[in-house]
Amino acid sequence: MSTPVTTAPRSKGPGYARLRTPRRPSTVTRPRRSVLLTVLTGLILVYSLLPLGWLLINATKTPGGLFDSFGLWFAEDFALWDNIVATFTYDGGVFARWLANTLLYVVVGAGGATFLAVLGGYALAIFDFPGKRAVFAVVIGAVAVPGTALAVPTFLMFSRMGLTNTPWAVIIPSLITPFGLYLMWVFAAQAIPRELLESARIDGAGEIRSFFRISLPLLVPGTVTVLLFSMVATWNNYFLPLIMIRDPDWFPLTLGLNAWNAQAATAGGEVVFHLVITGSLITILPLIAAFLLLQRYWQSGLAAGSVKE
Amino acid sequence: MTALSSPPVGRSRRSASGAGQADRRSWVGWGFMGPFMVVFALVFLAPIAYSIYLSFFRDKLVGGNSFVGLENYQRAMADPQFWQALGRVGLFLAVQVPIMLGIALLVALAIDSGRLYGRSFFRISIFLPYAVPAVVATLMWGFMYGTRFGLVGNINDAFGITLPNPLSPDLVLASIGNIVTWEFIGYNMLIFYSALRVIPHSLYEAAEIDGAGQLRVITSVKLPAIRGAMVIATIFSIIGSFQLFNEPSILQNLAPNAISTYFTPNLYTFSLSFAAQQHNYAATVAILMGLVTMVIAYAVQLRGMRKDV
Repeated sequence: MSTPVTTAPRSKGPGYARLRTPRRPSTVTRPRRSVLLTVLTGLILVYSLLPLGWLLINATKTPGGLFDSFGLWFAEDFALWDNIVATFTYDGGVFARWLANTLLYVVVGAGGATFLAVLGGYALAIFDFPGKRAVFAVVIGAVAVPGTALAVPTFLMFSRMGLTNTPWAVIIPSLITPFGLYLMWVFAAQAIPRELLESARIDGAGEIRSFFRISLPLLVPGTVTVLLFSMVATWNNYFLPLIMIRDPDWFPLTLGLNAWNAQAATAGGEVVFHLVITGSLITILPLIAAFLLLQRYWQSGLAAGSVKE
Repeated sequence: MTALSSPPVGRSRRSASGAGQADRRSWVGWGFMGPFMVVFALVFLAPIAYSIYLSFFRDKLVGGNSFVGLENYQRAMADPQFWQALGRVGLFLAVQVPIMLGIALLVALAIDSGRLYGRSFFRISIFLPYAVPAVVATLMWGFMYGTRFGLVGNINDAFGITLPNPLSPDLVLASIGNIVTWEFIGYNMLIFYSALRVIPHSLYEAAEIDGAGQLRVITSVKLPAIRGAMVIATIFSIIGSFQLFNEPSILQNLAPNAISTYFTPNLYTFSLSFAAQQHNYAATVAILMGLVTMVIAYAVQLRGMRKDV
């Protein structure tokens, strides 16, 4: 893969470059489009989209069609709507309950995580306070600790506190995002002109007022980025709820889908692969929509975050 | 949390560093940093401490919980299942991470080169798999791998051949590698791309005047400029590999014979705690994995920084 991509520009390179004087439009800053490079990168694009296409196509099939038809093309029956209805009505509508649980975990967990990261990142960027270096060292050190290594002791602690099998067991650990804190810190350090805060202070504004009225609006792109990434982490979380939640009524979508899939392997369990596939499609659509709709914000937020790398 | 009322003495010393040299040293910053640190202490520091505590004890059938010193650690050192699991993720790391990061880097360079047709379509489409939960990604690929109604089965039927089964014990690690690569190419590509975006264009013009072609610009300007991003992406990928859990755990339903309860260290920790009720030993294994991860992440960071000079 590496050879063709890197040599593609060179095939036009030397002779092409020599013909040009430095004052002409540069080949580096204003390059010509390349069909070859587009096609080669297109292979990765196909790889990335193929399973999503497979999911979309197979969500339209009946259980029989799943087995009889070719995986990358539609079966004779188009059963997408029937499958959606079946997904939401199967087992007393438990899928809707899982969807609502996931929304709860995302709104409270990811929303809270973003709020804490914005406050903390702002503090690190704007204020000098006792223990700031220690805070930095501890938080960055903690990033290296595998989250799953913490899961067992967290479970034992939470079970002593009586929190397991409740939504809190999923929400509380979701409230911390060290990556979000780092991103907000870097972002706030460059997005907020200190002079503006100084003048607000001279005008008698308190720190809280300056934060909400002056700083927060400037932090929007960074905040959207952190929000989206913690949303993904919470929406897609599997390991934490797997450990913490036993009661299917509190399952998020990820646990529920896996439970449906696992039914096929248990004796006497009903095989519902068509519901697993349709449910999977319904699970990923909201996040994909959020990323597409908010592209402009999160991409500028990430780019700003990388300035200080 | 109350507003700062003292007059702004000591003009803000602005600094170019991300750390943001800020105002006078005061406790005000803690008003903003405090909420993060309280939750952080509950979900990071307390479990780490608790897990260290647990690792020095052992539940005995007779006599209850008793202090055993380093006995659990000695047991882990001599535990073939622990070493097999560690070896497996080590192999996974050595093969999967370079492939994934290599492809991500090539795609980022291709998009950044401006030589692609439809580059924003490429950028967002290749990123999309990141928004897909590991559960859904594994279910999709698991179905596609299937020899019954998956793509592999379709191809076998269509051509009358027998492809090697991706869910067989020999191939299942590679199949998991493919799923993880699929999930994270786009995320890493975006990290690299964001870093490439902020390279000053004057550098490209200078390189061009010096007669550098595209390839030379990549090796002499772009790659050195994004070294920090590459180190970060490598560290995150290493942490991710050592934490490998979701994909093998979900594939277990589809390939029960290929994935053992100690397939990865995390799967081992999980089954020790929840199937075997050996919380103390599970905590020990988790701590050892945390240490291994930190040492390797730290080594990569040192190496990355040394090259920088």
